[in-house]
Amino acid sequence: MTRTTRLLTLLIAVLLLGGIGTGAVLYSADRSGKRGVEQQGGPPVRVGSVSLQSAGRQLVFRNMAWGPHRDELATVPADQPDSERTASGVKCLRFHAAAGTGVCLQAVHGALEDSYRAVILDDRLHELRTFPAAGIPTRARVSPSGHLAAWTVFVSGDSYAGTDFSTRTAIVDTRTWTLHDNLEAYAVIKDGHPFQSHDTNIWGVTFADDSRFYATLATGGHTYLVQGDVTARTLTTLHQNVECPSLSPDGTRIAYKKRAPGAPAEAPWRLYVLDLGTMTETATAEQRNIDDQALWADGSTLVYAIPGDFGADLWTTPADGTGSPRRMVTSALAPAYLG
Amino acid sequence: MYLADSRGTKAPVAPGTHPGRRGAAVPGTVIALGAVSLITDISSEMVTAVLPLYVVAALGLSPLGFGLLDGLNNGVGALVRLVGGHLADRGGRGHKAVAAVGYGLSAVCKPLLLLAHTIPLIAAVIAVDRTGKGLRTAPRDAMISLATEPEHRGRAFGVHRAMDTTGALLGPLVAFAVLRATIDGYDAVFAVSGCVAALGVLVLVLFVPTPARTADAPPRPSLRDSLTLLRLPALRRLALCAVLLGLTTVSDSFLYLLLQRQLGLSAHLFPLLPLGTAAAFLLLAVPLGALADRIGRRTLFLAGHGALLLAYVLVLARVQGGTAVVGVLALHGAFYAATDGVLAAAAANATPAAQQGAGLALVGTGQALARFTCSLAFGAAWSAWSGHTALAVTATALALSAVAASLLLRTPTEVTA
Repeated sequence: MTRTTRLLTLLIAVLLLGGIGTGAVLYSADRSGKRGVEQQGGPPVRVGSVSLQSAGRQLVFRNMAWGPHRDELATVPADQPDSERTASGVKCLRFHAAAGTGVCLQAVHGALEDSYRAVILDDRLHELRTFPAAGIPTRARVSPSGHLAAWTVFVSGDSYAGTDFSTRTAIVDTRTWTLHDNLEAYAVIKDGHPFQSHDTNIWGVTFADDSRFYATLATGGHTYLVQGDVTARTLTTLHQNVECPSLSPDGTRIAYKKRAPGAPAEAPWRLYVLDLGTMTETATAEQRNIDDQALWADGSTLVYAIPGDFGADLWTTPADGTGSPRRMVTSALAPAYLG
Repeated sequence: MYLADSRGTKAPVAPGTHPGRRGAAVPGTVIALGAVSLITDISSEMVTAVLPLYVVAALGLSPLGFGLLDGLNNGVGALVRLVGGHLADRGGRGHKAVAAVGYGLSAVCKPLLLLAHTIPLIAAVIAVDRTGKGLRTAPRDAMISLATEPEHRGRAFGVHRAMDTTGALLGPLVAFAVLRATIDGYDAVFAVSGCVAALGVLVLVLFVPTPARTADAPPRPSLRDSLTLLRLPALRRLALCAVLLGLTTVSDSFLYLLLQRQLGLSAHLFPLLPLGTAAAFLLLAVPLGALADRIGRRTLFLAGHGALLLAYVLVLARVQGGTAVVGVLALHGAFYAATDGVLAAAAANATPAAQQGAGLALVGTGQALARFTCSLAFGAAWSAWSGHTALAVTATALALSAVAASLLLRTPTEVTA
């Protein structure tokens, strides 16, 4: 091949590949426009005012349905989850709320890169404080009193095709705005002894009150349920193979995802409930892989997200292992109950 | 002896090089291969930059399951590199063909990501991508060394590594530009990345000359020939030093973690640390490569580890402030600039022309496995004592290894100008 032929071939290829690339970008840009249009048969959504101090009992979540209000916080009456959604105009990747305080984890689209932040919201969804987050949001929780908020992000990506991910969890006190930037700085007491390791990861806080919480601690390839103390800044291991704990309203049980023996290595998590008094585990009727921090709808029902047609759907299952899973809301993620 | 051979037989001069202007220009082959690496790295880093976001924000999954395959990938990658080097030497026009297969394999993976929506499938695609990377590394470096006069190999590898790093820095920018233009257009990112990768393969096929073979070329090396390369004293010493120093080289992520903790760096600045190292590497790769040609690759290879030792000491001394962070990252980047391409250049000069692929793969794989071992040991040491103590022990071991390496490398066995 002569130099001219080679250059001509390259030119044609650049035009062709450039055309395909541009086409892909345009197609995707156009589709994102279509996303702004409500899907056929999708849940109806209308703009309205959303308060975290609602009169009746309501369910709030990230609306995943395509349309102009995708990714916005939306509410439905708790007893009619399929009814029309009230969209708030506030976008969150993850969210949780209690007693009039909300924590909303957002992406900030920068010129070069996305960055993330945790926003503490008041009951009218106004920003009280924002904190920079070091990575992609995954878990959020507020304590029952609304005084403490916690969030977990994934930190990643510092080498070619790097597949090492680690988590970072922070807690803030909304009364004093004291920030515990990284729970890995807490002293770990493992099996009764002080413990330190480079590879500790902590994620998935669930609050008992304004000082005590539970979370996942991972080290050496194992995961542990830890009880945390915000005042003493300690984490004490209680049980093994517990991820993303969620404390029941009466504080006696913990719903969590467990790496089930015999499950495939890439989809290993099943939903279990641990009785903190007897340390006995109960498998729920949900047989699918659960990659979410469950939420207690009441003292006997669990809510969790499962990947669905438009991102994720919310499902419920009884906490005592009986019954069967039921789809509660389509196109929704990161739920919390209000009122 | 092969040393006399490598001095006597001129390295095959590829089209695009100008033997008359020795040292005046970097061979066209090196520029072409640098362009291929630059384009391919834009493509790879586009995916790397958005993959966690895609998995967590778009698919709603935890990426922790990825870690499962990481160890496996590391081991397989090292073995694949050896296979790639050996295959490249065997075929009559092997280097380019094996490299093309390697680049092609990775290019195919990008559109496959459009179809992969679960962690196991995504992990499988990444594994294939890494196989491609392992396959192409040794033949690519062999082509660089075969196209370059032995006395200019340091600079040639420096130019290649600088172009490679440029691509790595550009990739995330392109990816986020596409995401901005489309809103959640991960599929568009993967499609564009696939197009860019295909362009890289095409540049390789069109513009990288097939290394010419003379009529009296030695017989194709057998597998045994490749394995007995270590009988060559110069290559053996070099491989030994690469392994010895690799065993005391703390992995990037550990160093960044220590830097952040010891110097109390804010967590959200953490993702910027690798960029600092890459920028220093980019700026210093060419000048340090050229310097290596002048004062000797072994000297600069050792000096690079001196820079790494200094970086360890800065972290250990807990010197606070932005200047200290910049200093550590500059030293870390200088370490890569003084060792990465320079080691390849030194290994190339210690290996017969017919076995460049296998020779470069042996040294590279030895170093990679040593660093992997260091990671495991460092992690254990951190758990047993503390990060500070683990680094202090590693720094001491690095100093001792450097002394041993300087003794081992003292015998002049390398062809220098």
